Amino acid sequence: MADEPVVATKAALALIEEIRAEHPQILFHQSGGCCDGSSPMCYPASEFRIGESDVKLGEIAGVPFYIAGDQYESWKHTQLILDVVPGRGGMFSLDNGRERRFLVRSRLICMPDQERP
Amino acid sequence: MATGPARQAPFKARYDNFIGGRFVAPANGRYFENLSPINGRAICQIARSDAKDIEAALDAAHAAKGKWGKTPVAERARILNRIADRMEENLQLLATAETWDNGKPIRESIAADLPLAIDHFRYFASVIRTQEGGVSEIDADTVAYHFHEPLGVVGQIIPWNFPLLMATWKIAPALAAGNCIVLKPAEQTPASIMVWAELVTDILPEGVLNIVNGFGLEAGKPLASSARIAKIAFTGETTTGRLIMQYASENIIPVTLELGGKSPNIFHKDVAAADDDFFDKAIEGFVMFALNQGEVCTCPSRALIHEAIYDRFMERALKRVAAIKQGDPLDPSTMVGAQASSEQKEKILSYFDIARQEGATALAGGRAARMSGDLEGGYYVEPTVLKGHNKMRVFQEEIFGPVVSVATFKDEDEALSIANDTLYGLGAGVWSRDANTCYRFGRAIQAGRVWVNCYHAYPAHAAFGGYKKSGVGRENHLMMLAHYQQTKNMLVSYSPKKLGYF
Repeated sequence: MADEPVVATKAALALIEEIRAEHPQILFHQSGGCCDGSSPMCYPASEFRIGESDVKLGEIAGVPFYIAGDQYESWKHTQLILDVVPGRGGMFSLDNGRERRFLVRSRLICMPDQERP
Repeated sequence: MATGPARQAPFKARYDNFIGGRFVAPANGRYFENLSPINGRAICQIARSDAKDIEAALDAAHAAKGKWGKTPVAERARILNRIADRMEENLQLLATAETWDNGKPIRESIAADLPLAIDHFRYFASVIRTQEGGVSEIDADTVAYHFHEPLGVVGQIIPWNFPLLMATWKIAPALAAGNCIVLKPAEQTPASIMVWAELVTDILPEGVLNIVNGFGLEAGKPLASSARIAKIAFTGETTTGRLIMQYASENIIPVTLELGGKSPNIFHKDVAAADDDFFDKAIEGFVMFALNQGEVCTCPSRALIHEAIYDRFMERALKRVAAIKQGDPLDPSTMVGAQASSEQKEKILSYFDIARQEGATALAGGRAARMSGDLEGGYYVEPTVLKGHNKMRVFQEEIFGPVVSVATFKDEDEALSIANDTLYGLGAGVWSRDANTCYRFGRAIQAGRVWVNCYHAYPAHAAFGGYKKSGVGRENHLMMLAHYQQTKNMLVSYSPKKLGYF
């Protein structure tokens, strides 16, 4: 339980519920790269195509959370903790414009050069 | 704290959209507060547009595209040159606006962002004048002509790290090639481009360039997914890049994407062979991670240093890091200013937390920078040097802060292996006194831009773009014209004789 690949704070769960009131079916996809890189993007489930190489890390309150397979390989030693901070960004993510946005924090499960237990 | 004329933000109270050559209020009448990263305070209001405004901008662009596409290249080039001249005449104003909007030090806005943007307009003014079509002699009576034609109306989504320069990288080639544009600035930095638009309104024909501000979800998405654009250009991160490609696939239009990197900066053993100007330059090359607060897609955020020179190199490098002057971005002596947004600062701090857990050692910085007075509410992070190894998250993801992760290597094979052990391939640096080493590494590193014995230079006419997950396309070079042009082949027979098939 404690080492689930992705968990959420109360603030994140509350924002998910707020978004689900408008968009019942949503998903998360973990971004990488520049600018808004490292942001967990939240989309209507029908909007974003999950690919063959994406890895499903788990579900948060029934909402699936994905990451690209190659990115998973370099992130898998950490547990992702979905949190919320004040902010505007998020590009096309459903948190955009709410003056609160999702942010991923992390907790080490094993050392980065070790196999995940 | 600095005082003086630059202390007053050079913005109007409110900015509308720029559509069809006029400043037009958003259809829904909504605006949002634009905060300055310098002090966290509101500096102006910006149109919070939605799909209706994007449609209005597309209407204006489509109305203008026929005439603009047929405007002689000499005239298009003249307009680009006039824009450059107007920017040069107003360099101080634009640089000040950029610093207020983004938080970057004014010395960079003045010495880098604006001069590069001005030169970029002039560059594309010149290359469009000299672009040639093609004539291919297929046989004695058959000729293939190749003409360059504009795509029509293109969409462009601009990042917040170099708001004016990145807008210019997209605007200049698109206009030169004869396209009309609907452009969506980043909602974190929406104001400086409106100051720019006011300056060039009388130069640009109506509808050729349309700027619609607002949030990504409300304005960016309707633009990226519109069936009325012939191409979309985006700079940002990977998941949005995928979504933009997905929208483009629905409309079967081309995309150019610049999605960032995790650029290695490699210092070979012979760098420290003498304590001379070259060694000094290499040390500066290391400290380039702090340029623009690290908010550069090619930030040299992984420094790889030969183990034999590590102690000597780092002793010198850390002194140079300690000498960085961080503070008021409006002070001309400030080297590192504010991160572009509070959320960006939060992300950087979250990576410091990961670094600590992963066992990385902070050799410098590693925390938020506390400022006083007016700057207290701004978004400042200390220039940070982390020591670790390449499997750590801080070596694998772009933090987009003034943060470098340092590792050592024992030989060239290991250096190359670490350098290429990344999902990205945008930039890289190679430092050596040996030309053969430089060449081998320059060719073997899987990145679109390898700086050799320099870093963070962005002259027009040097192609910029990514390998691997860093994106698609090459900006900053005449080859970008190809990303904004259609090829028309006219295959002509000059023979009066039939083929004889029928």
